[in-house]
Amino acid sequence: MRLFHLKRTIWAVLALGVMIAFAAPQPAAAQQVPADEAALLQQLKGGPVTGRVSIPDVKSSVLIQPQGREWRETLEGPVKSFGGWLLLVTVVVLAAFLAIRGRIKIDSGPAGRTIERFNGTERFAHWLTAICFIVLGLSGLNLSFGRAVVLPIIGPEAFASLTTFGKLAHNFLSFPFVLGVLLMAILWIRHNLPNAIDITWIKQGGGLLQKGVHPPAGKFNAGQKVIFWFVVIGALTLAVSGYILMFPFYVTDIAGMQLAQLVHAVAGVVMVAIILAHIYIGSIGMEGAFDAMGSGKVDLNWAKEHHSLWVQEVRARGAGDD
Amino acid sequence: MARMKFLCDSERCIECNACVTACKNEHEVPWGINRRRVVTLNDGAKGERSISMACMHCEDAPCMAVCPVDCFYKTEEGVVLHSKDLCIGCGYCFYACPFGAPQYPQVGNFGSRGKMDKCTFCAGGPEADNTKEEYLKYGANRLAEGKLPLCAEMCSTKALLAGDGDVIAQIYKERVTRRGYGSGAWGWATAYKTGSSV
Ligand code: HEM
Ligand code: SF4
Ligand code: SF4
Repeated sequence: MRLFHLKRTIWAVLALGVMIAFAAPQPAAAQQVPADEAALLQQLKGGPVTGRVSIPDVKSSVLIQPQGREWRETLEGPVKSFGGWLLLVTVVVLAAFLAIRGRIKIDSGPAGRTIERFNGTERFAHWLTAICFIVLGLSGLNLSFGRAVVLPIIGPEAFASLTTFGKLAHNFLSFPFVLGVLLMAILWIRHNLPNAIDITWIKQGGGLLQKGVHPPAGKFNAGQKVIFWFVVIGALTLAVSGYILMFPFYVTDIAGMQLAQLVHAVAGVVMVAIILAHIYIGSIGMEGAFDAMGSGKVDLNWAKEHHSLWVQEVRARGAGDD
Repeated sequence: MARMKFLCDSERCIECNACVTACKNEHEVPWGINRRRVVTLNDGAKGERSISMACMHCEDAPCMAVCPVDCFYKTEEGVVLHSKDLCIGCGYCFYACPFGAPQYPQVGNFGSRGKMDKCTFCAGGPEADNTKEEYLKYGANRLAEGKLPLCAEMCSTKALLAGDGDVIAQIYKERVTRRGYGSGAWGWATAYKTGSSV
């Protein structure tokens, strides 16, 4: 059942991609052209006014596209205020969580013995993705909010140089980013399929809210599975919309470009918010968590508390212990 | 001070492309870039109509609003200009512009765009008036010489009018009265939000 929902989401994202790719240009006014712009726009229901040009640039046959103004209002209005608020609220919630719950400790104390959690390939995939993501996120957010936040501080020339550099980095790092996500997807998808244990984990709030509560979990708990699917689907959405933006007008028209930009801007900021929470719990939020991706080896007691079923599984195979 | 505008009387436009050629020549606009173009609606059919279009130097210009590096500025005469030193070629102004005015040279890798180029109302750019640097980046600065845009001056039928918005609106209004019908003042409803009631 859950799997089914997941499939539906994936289909929805793919369908969106296809829609962007095939958004057909509105036909020119078929019959009489009224002698009035307002009347024609009304006849076309605000769609673009398209004719014929004698230059080999297809885009230029669009005489007027009033949607340009709507795109601008959507981007400068709801999209940017949503993004700004989302980031602000995320940071405040995480800070409040740290203040109230504090750093989550290993309840039974460190065992002093470790167990291998992620091998070299897994850590390579993770850090490749992570480093690219940080640069993509910062350079992307600079496009959305830099004009309001950074430009007044460093001035127009420095800001233009910074943004040019950011744009180059954003373009080039998109490729290793996609590669990293693909690798993680291949390595970890079988550990991230939803199952019955996840329900108990969610019911107990993952043990995040109370000391001493540790619902059972496999290699990945329900929270991590959610992050995994957000990353896979989010990266797919960002890659489809991002490559449309990077290769402008190759596969779509002006309406498609505008849609791709909006989808990209929203998906980008949502991903940044989710990954902020992920970084929090993987570093300052929880004792012992960073080692999993740092050295790849975690403390045995940490593993027993947070991934009990996985520890049993590894031990059954007779591996893992140092 | 005058508020500069363009007005194309599509009843008169014969799609001769003199405005397009004049613009390309005056500013030595590179290949593949068209600051001005003529679009024909209903080509070859009843009610065919040609309109010469370039940057309309909008009221509350959408391009200015979306530019991530804020490189646009508006002159006292309402002309929308930009700095090619600051532009990063992101293409956002093209998505926002109702008239497809911004143009980009194709440079470098992927589909990446060079510095945006568009109609300047023959008013150059941020560099000092009528310097070589200004000419190389933005073309001629005729306004600084007390002249109006060359496209409209070259127009064989005087369909394309450029100048003080009130004056050209008055000329157009007189034409409409004399011939008994209007031809739309294309773009005015979208650019200046005044409609084509002139
Ligand atoms: C997957 C590959 C990706 C590709 C191909 C891609 C491509 C692009 C392109 C072409 C732009 C338009 C601006 C420009 O020309 O530089 C852009 C903007 C942006 N990207 Fe990406 N990107 C990708 C991944 C990401 C990721 C992972 C994030 C977030 C962490 C992100 C966040 C943004 C943001 C916030 C913007 C600015 C939107 C705005 O202007 O409001 N992108 N991206
Ligand atoms: S016509 Fe386009 S480029 Fe010119 S001012 Fe209006 S939005 Fe900007
Ligand atoms: S292409 Fe240049 S002028 Fe246009 S929005 Fe981007 S940075 Fe600004």
